[in-house]
Amino acid sequence: MSIGRGSVRSVAISVGVATGIYGISFGALSATAGFDVWQTIALSVLMFSGGSQFAFVAVFATGGVSALPAAITSAWLVGIRNGFYALSMAPKLGPKGLLRVLAAQLTIDESTAVSTSRETPDEQRKGFWFTGLSVFIFWNLATIFGAILGGFLSDPKVFGLDAAAAAALFALVWPRIQNSLGAIIATTAVLASVLLSLVLPSGFPVLVGASIAVGIGFVLERGRI
Amino acid sequence: MNPWLAIILGSLAVFSWKLIGYLVPTKLLDTKWLSKLAGFLTIALLAALVGVQTFVGQNRIAFDARIPALLVAAVLLKVKAPFIVIVVAAATSAALLRLAF
Repeated sequence: MSIGRGSVRSVAISVGVATGIYGISFGALSATAGFDVWQTIALSVLMFSGGSQFAFVAVFATGGVSALPAAITSAWLVGIRNGFYALSMAPKLGPKGLLRVLAAQLTIDESTAVSTSRETPDEQRKGFWFTGLSVFIFWNLATIFGAILGGFLSDPKVFGLDAAAAAALFALVWPRIQNSLGAIIATTAVLASVLLSLVLPSGFPVLVGASIAVGIGFVLERGRI
Repeated sequence: MNPWLAIILGSLAVFSWKLIGYLVPTKLLDTKWLSKLAGFLTIALLAALVGVQTFVGQNRIAFDARIPALLVAAVLLKVKAPFIVIVVAAATSAALLRLAF
């Protein structure tokens, strides 16, 4: 990605606009999964982390209300990488008090990526804050639009929205599986979760299948060194 | 469970990671191992969701219009098509296949 080019402000705005497109898909998928417009908006404002939100909605779509605990757990685990972004941003931003809470909420893939791509400490700070705020605004506006759009579609299957959800998740994982280890972890996760769907209640196949895949990832990683 | 409660608990759970990163001194953590875990988990969970979204229907394995739709998405990802094109193309493929059969 060419996130390092142009002024910090213009980069922040273009990244915000680009993620808005994900926001429309999220809004529409959330609405067709069974969340109402307000619940969909709440997810984008409060959870504000694309991967976690898509995971939350996807698990709910497969299992309904009884799968909500599994949806929470999936979203939580997908969100763990934000903790590492926060660790790397903490010394650069050094936020205190309420600003720390705001910085935490805005710590996502995009704000961290733009900040990291900048050279000077001042630009790194600006890159984080501008991008975080820009993505927050566009992501939420797009969510509202997508949720209203999704509300008009009565049967998600007729419009292929179940396939759209799969494709959206696939696009999110794609850049991470361009090396053999990533590809093996992903393949294991697909096989394990699909097979476990035959025996476990919905929501759990994803969690257990993913755990098996992570275990295999560590085993292979160790064997390689 | 009430959906609103789940949304709030889920949001707090995701936020907890974000905040912990600003509160914990880096030195205390074996960050190399943990960051690997974070990377693996993201791949594994998203891939597992792709699997279930594509191959599972009502607690059984189902082979339907979603599979060709995902293949369309894979081809478009390979040629670096924009996200929205991929999602719309997958939805359209599945919808057209269902209309045809």
